[in-house]
Amino acid sequence: MSREPDARGLRPEARGTAESRATSHESPFLVATGIRKRFGAVEANRNANLEVARGEIHALVGENGAGKSTLMRILAGLHDPDGGTVTLDGRDVTGWNTRQAIDAGVGMVHQHFMLVPTLTVAENLVLGQEPRAGIRLDRAAAAAEVEALGRATGLVVAPNRLVSDLSVGEAQRVEVLKVLWRGAKLLILDEPTAVLSPPEVKDLWQVLRRLTSEGSTVVLITHKLDEVMEISDTVTVMRNGETIGRVATRDASPAAIAKMMVGRDVVLAGTDRPDAIGQRTEDLPSHGNSMGSDSIEHDLSRGEKSSVQSHLTPLSVLSVRDLNVPSGLGEHAVRGVSFEIRPGEIFGIAGVEGNGQSELVEAIAGLRTVSSGSIVLGTRDITVLDVRMRGDAGLSHIPEDRHRRGLVLDYPLEDNFILGRQHHFTRRGVLDRRAITANGADLVKSYDVRPPDARLPAGALSGGNQQKVVIAREMGREFSVLLASQPTRGVDVGAIEFIHAQIRAAAASGRGVLLVSADLVEVLALANRIAVMYDGRFACVLPRSEASPEVLGPYMTGLAGKVA
Amino acid sequence: MTSRVDAGRFATTWLAPIIALLIAAIVGDVLILTFGQSPGAVYRLLLEGTWGNAYGFGQVLYKATTLTFTGLSVALGLRAGLFNIGAEGQLAAGGFAAAIAGLLLPAGTPVLLAAPFCMLAAFAGGGVVGAVPGALKARFGASEVIVTIMLNFIVLAFLNWIVATKLHVGESLHTPPINAGTLPRLSDVAHSFHGSAANATIILAIATAVAVGWFLFRTRAGYDLRATGLQPDAAEYGGISVPREHFRALTLAGALAGLGGVNYVLGYKQYYEEGFAAGSGFLGIAVALVGRNHPAGVPLAALLFATISQGGLAVNAIVPKQMVEVLTAVVIIAVAVTVPEVQRLVGAARRRVAA
Amino acid sequence: MIILAFLVQTLRIATPYLLAASGGVLSERAGIIALTLEGWMLTSAFCAALGSFYAQSAWVGLLCGVAGGVAAAALHALASIRYRANQVVVGIAINLLAIGVTRFFLRLAFDSSSNSPRVAGFDWYVPTGDSASEPIGLLASLVNPLVILGLVSLPAVAWMLANTPFGLRVRAVGEKPEAAESLGVGPARIRWAAVLLGGALTSLGGVYLALDQHQFTDNMTAGRGFIALAAVIFGNWRPTRVAIACVLFAAAETLQIQLQGLQLIPSQFVEMIPYVLTIVALAGVVGRAVPPAALGKPTGG
Repeated sequence: MSREPDARGLRPEARGTAESRATSHESPFLVATGIRKRFGAVEANRNANLEVARGEIHALVGENGAGKSTLMRILAGLHDPDGGTVTLDGRDVTGWNTRQAIDAGVGMVHQHFMLVPTLTVAENLVLGQEPRAGIRLDRAAAAAEVEALGRATGLVVAPNRLVSDLSVGEAQRVEVLKVLWRGAKLLILDEPTAVLSPPEVKDLWQVLRRLTSEGSTVVLITHKLDEVMEISDTVTVMRNGETIGRVATRDASPAAIAKMMVGRDVVLAGTDRPDAIGQRTEDLPSHGNSMGSDSIEHDLSRGEKSSVQSHLTPLSVLSVRDLNVPSGLGEHAVRGVSFEIRPGEIFGIAGVEGNGQSELVEAIAGLRTVSSGSIVLGTRDITVLDVRMRGDAGLSHIPEDRHRRGLVLDYPLEDNFILGRQHHFTRRGVLDRRAITANGADLVKSYDVRPPDARLPAGALSGGNQQKVVIAREMGREFSVLLASQPTRGVDVGAIEFIHAQIRAAAASGRGVLLVSADLVEVLALANRIAVMYDGRFACVLPRSEASPEVLGPYMTGLAGKVA
Repeated sequence: MTSRVDAGRFATTWLAPIIALLIAAIVGDVLILTFGQSPGAVYRLLLEGTWGNAYGFGQVLYKATTLTFTGLSVALGLRAGLFNIGAEGQLAAGGFAAAIAGLLLPAGTPVLLAAPFCMLAAFAGGGVVGAVPGALKARFGASEVIVTIMLNFIVLAFLNWIVATKLHVGESLHTPPINAGTLPRLSDVAHSFHGSAANATIILAIATAVAVGWFLFRTRAGYDLRATGLQPDAAEYGGISVPREHFRALTLAGALAGLGGVNYVLGYKQYYEEGFAAGSGFLGIAVALVGRNHPAGVPLAALLFATISQGGLAVNAIVPKQMVEVLTAVVIIAVAVTVPEVQRLVGAARRRVAA
Repeated sequence: MIILAFLVQTLRIATPYLLAASGGVLSERAGIIALTLEGWMLTSAFCAALGSFYAQSAWVGLLCGVAGGVAAAALHALASIRYRANQVVVGIAINLLAIGVTRFFLRLAFDSSSNSPRVAGFDWYVPTGDSASEPIGLLASLVNPLVILGLVSLPAVAWMLANTPFGLRVRAVGEKPEAAESLGVGPARIRWAAVLLGGALTSLGGVYLALDQHQFTDNMTAGRGFIALAAVIFGNWRPTRVAIACVLFAAAETLQIQLQGLQLIPSQFVEMIPYVLTIVALAGVVGRAVPPAALGKPTGG
């Protein structure tokens, strides 16, 4: 418990020498071996390993859903592992709780801030271990702690401001301070830069370097390669709940890490999905499609987005212009995005989740209001239409979260098959049960939903079959544009094949498809043109023929295509 | 697969109320024993005084009629994911509106004309009271729980003022009797029910329950309303305006409770009287809860609570009738506690089976 | 003189509101909906009358009243914290339970369905005869431990919330329980403590009613718990503003009582004031009332 942060002293030289780090590798500080953790049907960790040396900055990288956060939450005492062991300094600490982890000096900064917005900075800092003056909370002492710690670490925040008034960057400083104040020797930071501006990121790096130079150890969860290269000493890559590899950063190239991270056709062929992914990509009619649009695409990829295609081509089925979509936090989640989709085209948006893809799709679907820009479906401006009118105008939507949005889990399948189209199954306000049942039986059969009983509640089906229900509904209607958001997430292999075939079929019949997926392989397998979304903008737009994991990786991780 | 789902559904739907009733029975035993009586004797007397004779049964039917309306009102709100605590005020407003309608009609208006008119007034009166929290919820997101509770006091005070200053008869706190619209009593048909308040409103209650069931499960509006209650995000995705559903649901819930006022005003006393609704609104919550928010379950639950309520009078000779108020509250608490608990246990059992 | 009489009566009417609202603030700030203030008060009023009657001591009555109210609060906490039951349902049920239980035991203990016999109260300085209308007599009627407790209760709660570690934790748990939990502060324990302490404070309001009238009468709280809840909401969950709301509501009542003969405003409209103001505050026409973020939400711990 270091209550005297000044005692750390301030040394100007940033990091320990390579030698000192090398010696510390001999007795690893934190070791997690063979960690398994399951949540319901989801196996978040199946064989996760991690070895962190004292005094290093260790980057834990991997795609979304790779199990990084789960592993870290186990280390921080928030979850019990189902199997495997965790040792700290050689002591077995498997299955400890938060309190014990805090006491042992392990602290975690969560991706979603664990701050109470109505309390001040100082109050948030001391919550649970309040300095007292008699029976009183010693506010002066708490404020002094914030200031002293701020001086010692460079994390300066005014102690008496309300957290709700802080910027995101300041709030994160408070999170780091909280952990440090509790005497953390091992700091776990879960995607700390996701919410920070570039100068704030620089500040954070300085702080982390200073901390490690003073003997602390940092584990950093991230998926941005520039960060990994800039700050870390060692990298561990996770995929699908498993640890894939561990390398010293100085021995690795960004391309090599990107390959481990996103290029599963290179690193992981055969281990993940038994079907041959290479073959799938070859199936694509990519050459034919990219012909006419090559010159435009090249311009786009050079970042001159708004200057081209300023007129509406009657050929586009969906045209989005200068779209700005606000996020909850007052910042814009989508900033000035423009694109067009032609009939028969699958336009894929790749990118790490949380870069505005969800907001973009919801705005097009009518679930989110836009602050400016226009959305034109065919020749009709649908920017201000409600969800139902957009559906009737020819928009189909496979939402990214079928449990929350796409299905009413307690409704039987046949009722889910009409969600969004219920007014077409109604006569004078009364549901046409006969038509609904016929429609249900029909869709269950033609989309091979199992078990084949349209009266079962949607919640009783497996993930793959639930997704088939959503797809059956969205494909089984009149539409000209299909929005498909993470269409194969949490779905088994057989269903993936089926869903991909359906998306291809939609395009083949002359409809336009907007495919958003965090799975790069999926985007590469299906799309004719690919945009990478980063920080609310398109970092690049490439025809399929020019895209590969190696080309797109840097855009996804913010290394390339940065728009000022 | 199917059988497991059905078993789980059955457990979450009906196991909780059954456990709750068992808990209430145990608490009842304890209360009876503190009063130095034998539980068996008390329960026997309770049954004899309610279902054992025509008068008692008539009273049970009468009370169940009002509770069916308030229970349906609360159930409809809950189907849309909203808590209507305002059935008490809505019931009073409905009764008052029915009485006013009956007073406005010329004497001698045929009952087939007058009664529907008064019923419509009751429906509208309750609906207006329900529309207030509905609008505030839809427009400002104001908590319907607080608004409906507060509105109960406002409505009751307002009606009290009107009756006390403009409409009362002599020293009483009731309006003059209505000119037209009086409904026939059950005793007019079967003489053995003589003295009981049971009346033709029973038919209206059953018809209303059927209509609510039809509305919820057979109409598009019902489809939209239930989707909103189950998963607002999915409803929004399905093109349903969640605020509009909230407004509709609370207005309709108010109207249903208001319709219950017919039972007292047209069926029993022929006038509106201060305080006639007392307790029926809150009991509606219990009825909806035990009836699992289902239009078929609500009338049955209404019968149960009406039996308990009337049974209190039957056993008053040997134990205080207030015992049944305690039992009612215990049933509600027990249901509230066992529903999440049973769901948790059933969920855990399912996961074990799945794993 | 008239003003003094007005102030004194306002304070006496405000006392149960202040006490109940202080318990309501505490409970709601910890995230537990305080629909049960009415039930806690009624239970404690009955228990106070019972204790005071049998022991012939107002102090014993006070202790019994608090014990009864805390027991009702414990039932509320058990159902809504331990069993994660819907707090609205439980709150309403406990109010019904309180009415039933007090009636049942009124019959059992005093064989009456309307009221208890006369019980001892806190009559430290009983003004008699003419002095009852003299300033001294008026002020003397305020010398009652419960009136004094009422005056300090909300300031005390305000101070506690703002200045003690417990208060800090209550505020954290009512706003963002997961943040508290991540720091090893168990939300369930803090909520239990807040509800029990809130129950004790609210009980004092019930005790005041019974001992002030020297008897328990059926349903004697008559909606005062809801007026206190209205004050909590109208005061935007901030103790100082809640205290002002309580006094405001009491002043309106006093005014109505004192002007009864004049028939300026019908009493029913005065009764509506707290409820109308609360709805207006919730709708946010001026300075919207914002409840604690985690109010009514069960927590994991």
